[in-house]
Amino acid sequence: MEALPARARVYVACVALCALACLLPLLAPHTPWWAVLMLAALYASGEQITARWRFAGTFYPVLLAGAFLLPPSAAALVAVPGALLSPAGQRPLWTRRIWRAAQLAVAVWAAARVHRSLDGRDAVAAGEFPCALLSAGGAVLTLCLVLTALDGGILTVAERVPARRAWRGLFLRSLAPLSVHGLAGLMMAVLWRSPYGSVAALLVLLPMCVSWWVFAQYHRERAAHQSTIRALVQAVDIKDGYTRGHSERVGQASMMIAHELGLADERVEVLRFAGILHDVGKLGVPTRLLRKNGPLTPEERRVIELHPEYGHEMVRGISFLGEARAAVLHHHERLDGSGYPYGLRGSQIPESARVVAVADAFDAMTSTRSYSRARPVSVALRELEKCAGSQFDPLMVTALARAVDQYGWHPAVTADEVCTPPARPPVARVPGAHR
Amino acid sequence: MSAPCTPCTAGKPPFLLTLVHTSAALLAAGSLLGTLWHGLDERGIALAFGVLVTVGELTRWTGAEGREAAPLGAAAALSYALLGEDGGHPTHHGGLQVGAVVLAASLLGSVPHLARGRPVLDHLARRVLTAGFAAVCFQPLYNQGTFQGWGPGYALLLLAILSLTALCDALLAAALAHSRTRWPFGPLLRDELRATLGIGSAVCATGAVMALAVAVVGLWALPVFSLPLLLTQMSLRRYAAVRTTYRQTIASLARATEIAGYTPAGHARRVAALSREVGRDLGLSEAELTVLEYAALMHDIGQLSLVDPVPAGATAGLPVEEQRRIALLGGAVVRQTGVPAQVATVVERLADPCPEQPVAARIVRAVNAYEEKARDAGPGGPLKALEELRLGTAGDYAPEVVDSLARVLSRDCLTWPVAG
Repeated sequence: MEALPARARVYVACVALCALACLLPLLAPHTPWWAVLMLAALYASGEQITARWRFAGTFYPVLLAGAFLLPPSAAALVAVPGALLSPAGQRPLWTRRIWRAAQLAVAVWAAARVHRSLDGRDAVAAGEFPCALLSAGGAVLTLCLVLTALDGGILTVAERVPARRAWRGLFLRSLAPLSVHGLAGLMMAVLWRSPYGSVAALLVLLPMCVSWWVFAQYHRERAAHQSTIRALVQAVDIKDGYTRGHSERVGQASMMIAHELGLADERVEVLRFAGILHDVGKLGVPTRLLRKNGPLTPEERRVIELHPEYGHEMVRGISFLGEARAAVLHHHERLDGSGYPYGLRGSQIPESARVVAVADAFDAMTSTRSYSRARPVSVALRELEKCAGSQFDPLMVTALARAVDQYGWHPAVTADEVCTPPARPPVARVPGAHR
Repeated sequence: MSAPCTPCTAGKPPFLLTLVHTSAALLAAGSLLGTLWHGLDERGIALAFGVLVTVGELTRWTGAEGREAAPLGAAAALSYALLGEDGGHPTHHGGLQVGAVVLAASLLGSVPHLARGRPVLDHLARRVLTAGFAAVCFQPLYNQGTFQGWGPGYALLLLAILSLTALCDALLAAALAHSRTRWPFGPLLRDELRATLGIGSAVCATGAVMALAVAVVGLWALPVFSLPLLLTQMSLRRYAAVRTTYRQTIASLARATEIAGYTPAGHARRVAALSREVGRDLGLSEAELTVLEYAALMHDIGQLSLVDPVPAGATAGLPVEEQRRIALLGGAVVRQTGVPAQVATVVERLADPCPEQPVAARIVRAVNAYEEKARDAGPGGPLKALEELRLGTAGDYAPEVVDSLARVLSRDCLTWPVAG
């Protein structure tokens, strides 16, 4: 989203005007400036800190505590400085900041309004449960509705996503994290009003911060783990230059087949790894053999055919790979039993291995090798269909054909370029990318 | 990999361990008897907190490096120890009742863990002792009415007591780990204190907040506030899981050189296990030990770039220039693996002269040379290999590392750690 369309700018301006209208009653007396100042400072510093840990979410507990404690316009003001100072990251910087501030101000104002109309203020002050829970629930629901409606709006206006689809996914994804933040915010508000004062309220934030920190660590570690898996593959690339990119592309094709078969998300992910790692056993094959130009002797062929077993030996210690390990071992089996290493037939071959075998052959045909030129995708698919039943599982071949037909084949890495991170399916933005 | 090698003198349990267990048992017995004698005050509250502690214990898992793995249970126990009011009405339970409730609930929650044969004794002892400590600090004074009308000061007081309790808990954990493993006490305590800053601070804050919130709104506060902590616990758990698979993946990557026939089977794993022991003996922190372990696992990975393997993978005998080239190639591969950059630095500098090396590189270099020399030398091999390292100390191997290696090996009776 480099150049924002004009209608998106108009949309942002409208929301900003709404936000200003929400803030207008502040000019009247009786605004509890002290509390507003404290909460706003808390929110702004919280945003600054959590921005350092990537993946961490917006500091909603403070905003919600504000909504439960303050009049609507004052609660809306709490969000403004933090959002305006936030390190927005992408351009256009100020449009993003203004958008964020306006969106939060409007949403918090609405939440505080609903909370007040449900008599939440007295319930919080008196510590009346479950009354306070009910009104807080109403406020959280309102906040979530307004935030996602505004977010869905900008998606529709700026990126022309169909309004209904943009909104529904956003709402369901944000409700659960926002509810937890709402509980923390409620606890903050109750303790703020209690004799123990704001010190006790601050304590509520500590476990939330630790939770975010752990979550950020988790994502960091996960990313590191993924690159380690890639490094396994790159170790093969050091030995055999022609495979460069092949592993990633087989991973991508395996994932497409798995998607088309309607497998669960975790299995799709595991199959992607299976595709990425299928040739990792080539590490065990002497480099001279892998780089040899010209025909192989039967002796040399036998050595190369050991690579599935080497590969299995390498990855069998990685427990999360699950059925991907079987795929590494059996991806050269054929349906008629003439494959290697074990000569399994038909359904004896694990499903994951049948997926990877098709993906492997497909990519081998559509990319340039030392011994053959790349063939067009349609020719490769016809070739696969010809061998379906004898060599490949027809189910996987049709799944691949359907997937390629529907989404096309856009390999993320081609043989010529250096390995770049693979393209991921576009992820719809979550308001404030919670959690 | 990090499995502690059992010391040869595993005959009678160490004094510290016995002391901790005995005092925990005495406290438990005392509080049970006292509670039986007096009867339970405010049963509803006791039951609610007991249930929370039990749930916390049930969801406990054996965390990475044995750290606090049941934050919910710990927070619930602490908040019961520091509970002064319930919805505005003062409570009357004393320290003994806190001990009894926490003990009963923890025992109940430990049943599944016991059934699976996991160790629970240390954990239980720590839980009872820390809850008892907090309760003894707080309850008698509170019940005398010392803290009435303190307002915000009351919250700070709870925080102070909890900080003190966390310190005691870290001390206790370090003492238990020390007496179980004979690792040096100082670094263990440092690691425990560092962990206290992370998840420990969340536990303490939650304990204080729960006690205060129950004082204001009654038992409703318990479910409302245990939900966020339960989420923390879940993300901790996922974090631990991803760390485990990460470690497995790195170990697999390390096996690449073995599969490719560049190094003998199990070499990387043995070097990693022994390096970790030596690092611990030299007082490295947990984070430094992780870097050391990863570097040790991947120290030979540069050999993958060689077209033909070095005979038997013995790099220690190669000319220095060649060693340095392999080290640099290895560092380049390691940089792509997403491990912390320090690991790559350690691998790159494996062949540098030892005064210029980071400690981890010195350790890996010495342990690798020892492993290569001792491997094929038969029964007298280990001693001879150590002797050779000592003689080579002037230039290649750091004397303090070789000494530490000798200490570790003599503690293990000159046999390999059981990891093999």
